[in-house]
Amino acid sequence: MENLKQILADALSAVAASESESALDDVRVHYLGKKGALTALLKQLGNVSAEDRPKFGQLVNEAKGQVQEKITERKSTLAKAALDAKLATETIDISLSGKGQEVGGLHPVTRTMERIENFFRGIGFDVAAGPEIEDDYHNFEALNIPAHHPARAMQDTFYFNPNTVLRTHTSPVQVRTMETSQPPIRIICPGRVYRCDSDQTHTPMFHQVEGLLIDENISFADLKGTLQQFLNVFFEDDLKVRFRPSYFPFTEPSIEVDIMRTNSKGEESWLEVLGCGMVNPKVLEMSGIDSEKYTGFAFGMGVERFAMLRYKVDDLRMFFENDLRFLKQFN
Amino acid sequence: MKISENWLREWVNPNISRDDLVAQITLAGLEVDEVLPVAAEFTGVVVGEIISAEPHPNADKLQVCQVTDGSETFQVVCGAPNARKGIKIPFAKIGAVLGGDFKIKKAKLRQVESFGMLCSASELGISEDHDGILELPAAATTGQDLREYLDLDDCIIDVDLTPNRCDCLSLAGLAREVGVLNKTDVSEVQIDAVTAVIDDVFPVDVQAADACPRYLGRVIKGVNVAAATPLWMVEKLRRSGIRSIDPIVDITNYVMLELGQPMHAFDLANLNGSVVVRNASAGEKIVLLDGQEVSVREDTLLIADQKGPLAIAGVMGGEGSGVNTQTQDIFLESAFFAPLAIAGKARSYGLHTDASHRYERGVDASLQQKAIERATVLVLEIAGGQPGPVTATQSEDHLPAAAEVTLRRKKLDQYLAVSIEKDLVTDILTRLGLEMLQVTDEAWVTKAPSHRFDIAIEADLIEEVARIYGYDNLPSAMPKAAVSFTPLSESKTAIQNLRSVLVSQGYQEAVTYSFIDPNLSKQFLPEIEPVPLANPISADMGVMRPSLVPGLVKAYLHNQNRQQSRVRLFETGRRFIGSVEALDELDQQLQISGLIAGSRHPEAWYHTSEKVDFYDLKAHVEAMFALNDGGKPSYEPSRCGYLHPGRSADIFIDGEFVGVMGELHPQLSKELGVNQTLYVFDIALSAVLDATLPEYKAVSKFPEVRRDLALLVDRSVPVSALEKVINENAGEAFKDVLVFDVYQGQGIDETKKSVALGLTWQHPSHTLSDEEVNNSVDRTVAALTETLGAVVRG
Repeated sequence: MENLKQILADALSAVAASESESALDDVRVHYLGKKGALTALLKQLGNVSAEDRPKFGQLVNEAKGQVQEKITERKSTLAKAALDAKLATETIDISLSGKGQEVGGLHPVTRTMERIENFFRGIGFDVAAGPEIEDDYHNFEALNIPAHHPARAMQDTFYFNPNTVLRTHTSPVQVRTMETSQPPIRIICPGRVYRCDSDQTHTPMFHQVEGLLIDENISFADLKGTLQQFLNVFFEDDLKVRFRPSYFPFTEPSIEVDIMRTNSKGEESWLEVLGCGMVNPKVLEMSGIDSEKYTGFAFGMGVERFAMLRYKVDDLRMFFENDLRFLKQFN
Repeated sequence: MKISENWLREWVNPNISRDDLVAQITLAGLEVDEVLPVAAEFTGVVVGEIISAEPHPNADKLQVCQVTDGSETFQVVCGAPNARKGIKIPFAKIGAVLGGDFKIKKAKLRQVESFGMLCSASELGISEDHDGILELPAAATTGQDLREYLDLDDCIIDVDLTPNRCDCLSLAGLAREVGVLNKTDVSEVQIDAVTAVIDDVFPVDVQAADACPRYLGRVIKGVNVAAATPLWMVEKLRRSGIRSIDPIVDITNYVMLELGQPMHAFDLANLNGSVVVRNASAGEKIVLLDGQEVSVREDTLLIADQKGPLAIAGVMGGEGSGVNTQTQDIFLESAFFAPLAIAGKARSYGLHTDASHRYERGVDASLQQKAIERATVLVLEIAGGQPGPVTATQSEDHLPAAAEVTLRRKKLDQYLAVSIEKDLVTDILTRLGLEMLQVTDEAWVTKAPSHRFDIAIEADLIEEVARIYGYDNLPSAMPKAAVSFTPLSESKTAIQNLRSVLVSQGYQEAVTYSFIDPNLSKQFLPEIEPVPLANPISADMGVMRPSLVPGLVKAYLHNQNRQQSRVRLFETGRRFIGSVEALDELDQQLQISGLIAGSRHPEAWYHTSEKVDFYDLKAHVEAMFALNDGGKPSYEPSRCGYLHPGRSADIFIDGEFVGVMGELHPQLSKELGVNQTLYVFDIALSAVLDATLPEYKAVSKFPEVRRDLALLVDRSVPVSALEKVINENAGEAFKDVLVFDVYQGQGIDETKKSVALGLTWQHPSHTLSDEEVNNSVDRTVAALTETLGAVVRG
C-alpha cells in the first residue's frame, strides 16, 4: 500500500513536470503502459490476501484513473499553450487601414436635395420632373408672366430663340402636371434651373426644389404649417420663422419666408430662405383647374442656399468646380 | 427706391422708432434692403464763415484763413483751393471728432498754427466729392451745428419694391402705406392750380393715344436756370441717390420722387412746330441725354417735333432738346404712358432710367395734373418765370378704368383659415383707399383707387387683407388630406440605389454645367451640332452639352491641375441633342456618366500601383446593370469617335443601344492635356434604372457538375462568341459558364489565344450521369470547333 501511494505521487509529479506531448506520453507508458509501474501493481494482485484483494484492486484502478485524468488535463494545457505561442507569433498591426476601395460620396447638392425630398415624400408628395429647355408658355405665360411683364426682369433668362428658354425655375413642371392631372395634386419638382447671372453669389446654373399642393380647402394656414415643419425638420432645430408679404406673379398672396440666424457674435438676423404663396387663381384656370373648387399653395427653394446653410459652405462656386478636395468633405 | 426717413416723417409720423418703422415696412411686403446713414459719424462741426484767406508764408498750396463761428475767430490752415473770403463752410473746431475716431487738435502746419479744420463733403461722409471744401449757402446760420443745419440725423431707407407695388415708388406712396399700417393720417403737400399769367402754349399732337392716353404740357417763360437749387431739395435728392444738375431738372426729379410722376422739361427754343407723340419710323436716330446715339425701332414710342425725335417716350430725353445753361423758356411734360408701350423698351436699348422703371410698372393715371402744378409752383419759387396754361391732350377711352372687385366672406375665410371681423376687413380695405360700393355679411364690393391698378381680382383683396392683418398673425396648420398611395414600383429602381453602387466603388458625384464650350463639344462629338444659347454667359459656356463626358473630363483636368491623380467621378443629368426649332423632338434624355483614372486602389501600405483599365470600368458598368437586372447588357465594339477604337464598347439592352464605355481616345487625351489614361462611360439613365421583378425558381436538390475546357481560338474571337455557342449547345441542364483564364503569348501560336472555361450543369430532377455530361461537352466542343475554329488544348 505504501508502495502504491509512492508510485501515485511520483506519477502525478511526473505528469505535472512534463513539458511536451512526447514527455507526457513517456510518463503514460512508464506508469500506465503494459509494463508500467501501476500496471505492475495489478499484476501483483495474486500476492495480496483474498480478503484485501478487491480493495487493493480498486485502489490501484483509482490511481490509474487519476493519473490518466491528469495526463489528459496536462495535455490540453500544453496544447493550449502551444497554440497561444503560435498565435502570438501571428500578431498583426490592426491599426493599418483595410484593403480595397475607399468609399466615394454624393455631391452636397444631391445630399441636400434628398433631405428635402425625404421630408415631402414623407407627407405624401410625389416627385415630378420635366424638360430643362422649355417653351416660353410653360416657363412664363402659364405662370401669369406675360411678355414684357416686369417680373421677367426679375429673372435673367437664357434664350435659344424668342420662344425657347432654359427654364428659370422648375415651375414649368408644375404647369405640366396641372395640365395633365386633376387635384388632389401633391408634387415636388427638384432640378436644375438657369439664370443668366454670374458673380460671387450667383451661378448661371443652380438647383431648385419647388412644390405644389392643390386640393379642396387648402389654406394659407396649411402653407405656413407645412413650411414651418419643413424648416424645423431640415435644420433639426426649432427655428424662429417669419412669413413676409412679397410678390410672385404665379401666387397670390405671395410670401417670402425668413429664418432667424445667429452669427458667431451672437447677433440675430433674418435670412430669406424660400418663396411661396397661394396659387394664383389665374394660373389654376390657365392649366384647366377649377379655381372656385380648388385652392393650393406652391413654394420654391434654392438647394445650394440650403446646402450652404446646412454645411457652412461660404463660396457658392465651389459647388460646380468638382474639386475632389471639396467633394470628399461630404462623404 | 431710396428715401430719407425724415422726409417720410414730414408726411406721416407714427410714434414708433426707426427700427420698428423699418421692420413694419418690410413686414408689409415692401422689403427694406438696408438702412444707411446720410452722413458719416461726426461731432463738433459747425457752420463757419471765412473772414479772410491769406497765402501761407511757407507753402504754395496752403492758405491761412480766419474763420468765425459767429462768436469767436479762429486761425485755420487750409489746403482747399476754393477756400476764400466770405463763403460759409463746415468748420470742425478743436475737439471735433470726424469719422468716429479722428479727433481735431491744435496743429502747426509749416510753422503756422491751425485751430480746426475746414471740411470737404467726403470728409463728412456726405458724398464722394473731395474737390475742395463744401460750400454752404450764404443763408446758413453761422455757428449752427452742421448736423442740425443739414438735418443729418436722418437715414436713408432703401426699399426693394416688387414689380406690383409701383404705387410705392414715391414718397407719397410710401407715406400712404405707412399711414395705413399705423392708422395714422398722412399730411400730403397742398397743391393748388397755378393761374396762367401768359397765354403761350405749345401745340401737342398725340398720334398714338393707346400708348399715350394723356399728355399734359405747359410753357413757362423766363426761367433762371442759373438759380441755385435750394439745399433742402439738393439734400432730399441726394438721399434718394440723385445728383443735383440744375434747378429745372432737379425739380422734375423731385416731383417724380415726391409724387411718382416722371416728368421732362424741354428747352422751348429747341422745339420746332409741335410736339408729336408717335411711334418711330424706320431708320430714325436719336442722340440721348447720355450722349449715345441709338437707332430706334418702329415699336418704340417717341416724343418728337417737326424736325425729328426729341426723346424716347418714358425712357430718356434727347441731348439737343433738354434744358441747358442757355435756356430761358421751358416746356414741361407730364404724361401717362401705357405700361405695355414702355415695357421692355429701355432694356432693349441697354438703358434703365428712373422714368422707365416707373412707367413700365405703371404710373397712377390720375397723377399728371397734380404733378405739373406741383412742378410749376417749384419752378416759379426757385427759378422764377411766367407760366402759361396747362394744355391737356387725352383720350378717356384709353385711360385705365378703376377695377371693381368683390371679396366674398366665404372665400376670404377659406383662404386664410380664420374669420376676420367684418369691420376690421372693411377698415383695412378702406384705409388702403378702396371705395366700398357695398358691404354685406357675405361680401365687400369695392372699387380700387387709381394708384392701386395692381388690384384686379378677388385674390388681390385677400392678399391685401392678409398683408395688413399680418402674415404672422394668421393661423398655421398642417394640411389635412385623405391618405392616398401610389403603387410601390419594382420595375424602376430608386436612383439613390444606383448612386450607392458607384459611391461604394469610390466614385465622387460631380455636378458640371449643362452648357459647355462649343469647341470642346466639337472635339468630342464633331458629328453633332450642339444646341447654342442666344445669350450665353460667356463663349466657353455657349452650347448645351450633347454628352456629360466633356464636362467630366474638364472636371478631371481641374483635379489633375491640383495634383489629384486618382479620380473617380460620376454625374447624372440631361444631355441635349437636336434642334430647338422642333422642341418636342429635342432629346433631353437623362444620362449617367462616369470617369475613372489613376491607380486601381488608393495608395496604401499594401500598395499595388496598378492603374485602372477597361475592365475596372466594365465592372462598375456591370454592377449598375446587375443591381436591377432590368435586362442583360451586351457589349459590341464601339465606333464612338472620342473613344479608343480597340478599347471601347457600345452597350445594348435587348438589342437597343443604351450607351458607350471605354478608354478616352489617346489623341483627344493628348489634345486636352490629360496626362494619363481616362476611362469613361455614358449610359441612358433609364436603362440602368429599369428593373425586373424577381420570380422564384425552385433550387435543384441534385449535385452540380463542373467541367473545365481550355480552348485555343483566334485572338479576334470574342469570349462572348464562345459563350453564345456554349449556351446554345450545352443542353437543357446547362447552368453557367465562367472564364477563369485568358492567355496569349509565349508557348502558343501568336494569332491565337487560350481561353479556359468552367462549365457547370445541374438538372432540376435527377443526378446527372457522367455520360450525360460528356455528351453535352462533346456536342459543345464540336459546335465551338465548327463555328469558331476552337481547338481543345491537350
